[in-house]
Amino acid sequence: MGAESFPKESSPKIVIVDESPIRAAILEEGLREAGFTGVVRISEMQSLLARIYALDPDVILIDLENPSRDVLEQMFQVSRAVRRPIAMFVDQSDAASIQASVDAGVSAYIVDGLKKERIKPILDLCISRFNAFSKLQDELDRAKSALEDRKVIDRAKGILMRLKGLTEEEAYVLLRSTAMREKKKIGEIAQSILTASELLK
Amino acid sequence: MTAPLCIGFIPLVDAAALIVAVDKGFATAEGLDVTLVREVSWSNVRDKLNIGLFDAAHLLAPVAIASSLGLGHVKVPIVASFNLGLNGNAITVSPALHAAIMSEIEGDSFDPMATALALSRVVAARRQSGAEPLTFGMTFPFSTHNYQLRFWMAAGGVDPDEDIRLVVLPPPYMVDSLANGHVDAFCVGAPWNSIAVDFGVGHILHFVSDILVRAAEKVLATRQQWSEKNPDILAALIRANQRAAEFIEHPQNRAETAGILAQPERIGVDAEVIRRTLDGRLKISPDGTMRESSRYLLVGREGAARPDQVQAAWLYAQMVRWGQATISPEAVKIAKAVFRPDLYDAALGRGGKPADTPDAVGAFAGPAFDANDIAGHLAAFKIGRRQS
Repeated sequence: MGAESFPKESSPKIVIVDESPIRAAILEEGLREAGFTGVVRISEMQSLLARIYALDPDVILIDLENPSRDVLEQMFQVSRAVRRPIAMFVDQSDAASIQASVDAGVSAYIVDGLKKERIKPILDLCISRFNAFSKLQDELDRAKSALEDRKVIDRAKGILMRLKGLTEEEAYVLLRSTAMREKKKIGEIAQSILTASELLK
Repeated sequence: MTAPLCIGFIPLVDAAALIVAVDKGFATAEGLDVTLVREVSWSNVRDKLNIGLFDAAHLLAPVAIASSLGLGHVKVPIVASFNLGLNGNAITVSPALHAAIMSEIEGDSFDPMATALALSRVVAARRQSGAEPLTFGMTFPFSTHNYQLRFWMAAGGVDPDEDIRLVVLPPPYMVDSLANGHVDAFCVGAPWNSIAVDFGVGHILHFVSDILVRAAEKVLATRQQWSEKNPDILAALIRANQRAAEFIEHPQNRAETAGILAQPERIGVDAEVIRRTLDGRLKISPDGTMRESSRYLLVGREGAARPDQVQAAWLYAQMVRWGQATISPEAVKIAKAVFRPDLYDAALGRGGKPADTPDAVGAFAGPAFDANDIAGHLAAFKIGRRQS
């Protein structure tokens, strides 16, 4: 599908600047599937401008957690270090595009001359891939902290069973009712039991 | 009232008033519930302020002007109602460049004209021997650092666009880049100069107060539209920052201030390094040489917090000089109007105070700055990229 609408010879050259190799790979894959074949990833920030000029891309995508975004701003300037000034894709009327890309955590820099309608699908794709990535990251973080919580709760239960002679179920009920009464998470109550028992050792 | 506010900042010492206003409770006392968000780039701060993710931001003064003029990016009118800091940057050079400049210098090494002339001889010698041009790092195209470096070297005859390379580098990468030879020098704010000296990879050649007596560095920026809709909240925010600035400038509170700023979620560097910046007492050489200046960074004293429209005009003049902006009477007016001493005065219930000096900028070279005749002023400078 995409390959037909973007024949290889006119596929814009896209550079992805991202220190997260997984996210960059997800983005590259998405772009390739959509028929954008000229994709190059940069993960090394040293001499970033020189690398970009050597590649001579039409579009540069960068994640917003990357301090090197300010380096790219230099491409708008005319100076010895910058040979080809760059225009920003987003124009005055396009506040919604900026909002969506900032929310997603990605920014695009476009070399002058590439038509706006060619850029839109690239940026839209980036935004959706970036959003998908952060959702994945959130789920991963949640799963990690759930696992952490469970370990902490198990240890707290053990302490309660030992000190108060409770069964495992009674220990859990005590944790849960305390959490409800104090309007806290069970994990937090369990953590304070662990901390207290450390202190009282 | 409790007004929730989201405010962005870059971890630099000149965010001190804003950070102390929040962490020391001055903002809460004014009925503000502020969440500070630490950012990694000026582009992010600018964009998030522009689209409303931030209500206010610690921002490079020239970015506030560029944004209001629509230079380099989307045009969003910005208001600077509180000046977070005057000066505070320094120029740090590699040990090799330091030695080269010192071997060429005639006169006092703290005299910027003497160092600029020495630099021009170093540059000429390198050109003759076919060496690569020197590379200087700075933080952003629309930054005081950019203009201070350019002003300084051009006074000695070095054309910053032809004779050297001037590149943007994020502040956290400055020290590494100097150490591994990617740059020969940089101009950046605190704490990065001190960190380069502490690691033994740089010498502080100048405090930027050697180059300009007063330079508006960072401002508390808000969107004009937001400011008009929320005048009371803005006034409360100005008062909270003023209280914080007064607190910081009291020598008795310096240690506590340094402790607050050193927190990992704030600036996140050693409190002692921050303390040196606040005191204007910096180690300038790896051999331990110290230098003291009462003008290194001004947070609230000497009227530093009150936005000065002459400063705004000077920054705009630099944009014109270096080809970032074309000159027009309307643009001068817009640039000046970004700085709002009236909002500052109204928030604090003070009458306006007259300008301190005939030349509120105090540059080391060229004629006194005339905000009413920018074209005439710029004509006095030989090197530049003025567009006709």
